[in-house]
Amino acid sequence: MTLDRWIALAFIAFCCVYGYAAFFTMDQSLPRILQRNPVWPSTFPKMLAVAGIIVGLIVLFTAKSKAGQQTEKTDGVMDITRLGEYRIGQALALVALMLAYALALRPLGFLGSTVLFLVLGAMILGERRLQVLVPVAVLAAGSIWYLVQEVLGIFLRPWPAFLL
Amino acid sequence: MLEGILIGLATAVTPFNLVMVVLGCVIGTLIGMLPGLGPMSIIAIMIPVAIGIGDPTSALILLSGVYYGAIFGGSTSSILLNAPGVAGTVATSFDGYPMARKGQAGKALTIAAIASFAGGTIATILLMIFAPALSTVALLFHSAEYFALMVVGLSAIAAFAGTGQVGKALMMTILGLMLGTVGEGALSNMPRFTFGMMELQSGFSFITLAMAMFALPEALFLVMNPARAATDAGGKITGLRITRAEARAIAPVIGRQSLQGFFIGVLPGAGATIASFLGYAVERNIAKGKEQEEFGHGSIKGLAAPETANNAACTGSFVPLLTLGIPGSGTTAILLGALIALNVTPGPRLMTDEPDVFWAVIISMYIGNLVLLILNLPLIPYIAKILTIPRTYLIPFILFFTLMGSYIGQNNPTELLILVAFGVVATILRFADYPLAPLLIGFILGTMLEDNFARAMQLYRGFGFILERPMTLALLVTAVILVLLPSYRARRARKRAEGVADGD
Repeated sequence: MTLDRWIALAFIAFCCVYGYAAFFTMDQSLPRILQRNPVWPSTFPKMLAVAGIIVGLIVLFTAKSKAGQQTEKTDGVMDITRLGEYRIGQALALVALMLAYALALRPLGFLGSTVLFLVLGAMILGERRLQVLVPVAVLAAGSIWYLVQEVLGIFLRPWPAFLL
Repeated sequence: MLEGILIGLATAVTPFNLVMVVLGCVIGTLIGMLPGLGPMSIIAIMIPVAIGIGDPTSALILLSGVYYGAIFGGSTSSILLNAPGVAGTVATSFDGYPMARKGQAGKALTIAAIASFAGGTIATILLMIFAPALSTVALLFHSAEYFALMVVGLSAIAAFAGTGQVGKALMMTILGLMLGTVGEGALSNMPRFTFGMMELQSGFSFITLAMAMFALPEALFLVMNPARAATDAGGKITGLRITRAEARAIAPVIGRQSLQGFFIGVLPGAGATIASFLGYAVERNIAKGKEQEEFGHGSIKGLAAPETANNAACTGSFVPLLTLGIPGSGTTAILLGALIALNVTPGPRLMTDEPDVFWAVIISMYIGNLVLLILNLPLIPYIAKILTIPRTYLIPFILFFTLMGSYIGQNNPTELLILVAFGVVATILRFADYPLAPLLIGFILGTMLEDNFARAMQLYRGFGFILERPMTLALLVTAVILVLLPSYRARRARKRAEGVADGD
């Protein structure tokens, strides 16, 4: 089974959970007065769940694998069959770094976590010249913070939580 | 109309708004050149800035400047490096890059600049003529028709997705609609599908979703496959001039493609990418003999056609956005979200209620086109330098701006976790060839769709409105036809192919 069919299957499963919530759990908390309305908060989700399951089944049973059609493989096009040639490790490391950034943003402050993010991100991609990298990261983080906080007036905590 | 133009001129030609146009074009051009950041991601990044301005007119002027600039910047990197930064400029690289390799990079960029300028300007005139007419028709619409119209829009987006993709596009649309139901509904204020989490009470932020659908997967693809961004600096740029004979050759192409591109842009779901490919294909079919063979090997007509068409289509896609409140593409969907955040509801009332917003945007389109022409011609050699930034620096910065875009709006780190999670899912969906623009359009239209549906249901005490209002019924039938037509035609083609095989 190809990846797009697995996704269709997962989508159908998702629709079932969504539909279950809409059909069986949502109306319980509905006040009596609202029950006389022709449309309930769950009406639209119910329709979506049914439509989703139908479309999901259609895709599941009609999706054709494109492997036979696409013979010409150019460099820019992403293709799941060549997954092994791609730098999955780097991509996963960057995803992990983004998650770490999200968690560190509050406790470390904007400036510290951003500089770390930019430096570590570049190092994951193979950059080793720290004497260039660190000043660039500090400059970028500083100027973005200035732009957002001072020019646009949106609060960004610059320093770690225990300093401010 | 003249009165409107004057209102627009008065609003658009203030020093602040002029600065916004220039700034938008410069930012759009600069970021549009970076591979992987299309107009959709750039506008999504710029939205917090635009909302920060506060004035909807200035914000929309800035964002449309960015939109034009991004399409324009994309063509620069397509021509110089064969690295289209934007899907709409892929067709530009078919003939632009061969020209650059032949040492005609300067000429190619000049033709691209002039074609874009002409396409954008002609389409803006068409927009001025057709938008008011469309919006008078739109005033006849009630909530039942709005509901039906949005269903048509969503099915059109799925139907134009291409052969074999209709089911997938529909699936993504429904997923988007489902994501749109998370949070408190407008009619009942009952939290839905929040699983008791406070963060989901107000639903998903559309900036987060936009970033996760477009910017993050592209950036991750760039990481995984370095060949996707071949950022080796191109050759020298010389000879900006085009001869009189060449100008005469491309003039009819520009005329035809401005019209065609504009009307393709008006259709929901088509947009600049389809317009540019179709423009290229049509011009290649029209061209005769030797000229036709030149297509793909550096034909000036082959370069002018997609460049004109994609800019004209960008303008065209503003028609349904401004007059009906229906975004025709992912980019205008993001613009719609920005407008709603700025307390402007696009729709048939926009022209009468807030004519200054409407006309100022149209006038600023002219100014934006002019600014782009002035910007592109002398600055081309310098602009190309940004592409030589090594990818080890480029990618962390793209990721950082993506994260910032959704963090600034909410000031909530949980939003970033949601962003990364959706981004990973979107990357997997991209691998499996699922289109992601329908998901975002479904998400943004979802709330409005449900509101209008609920209002019609309450007015007619049930599903009666579908039969009682002929226009609603007609629109819904159209939607069904739109969805079924591609698969019917595919089946007929398959049957015919089988029949031929039997006959042999």
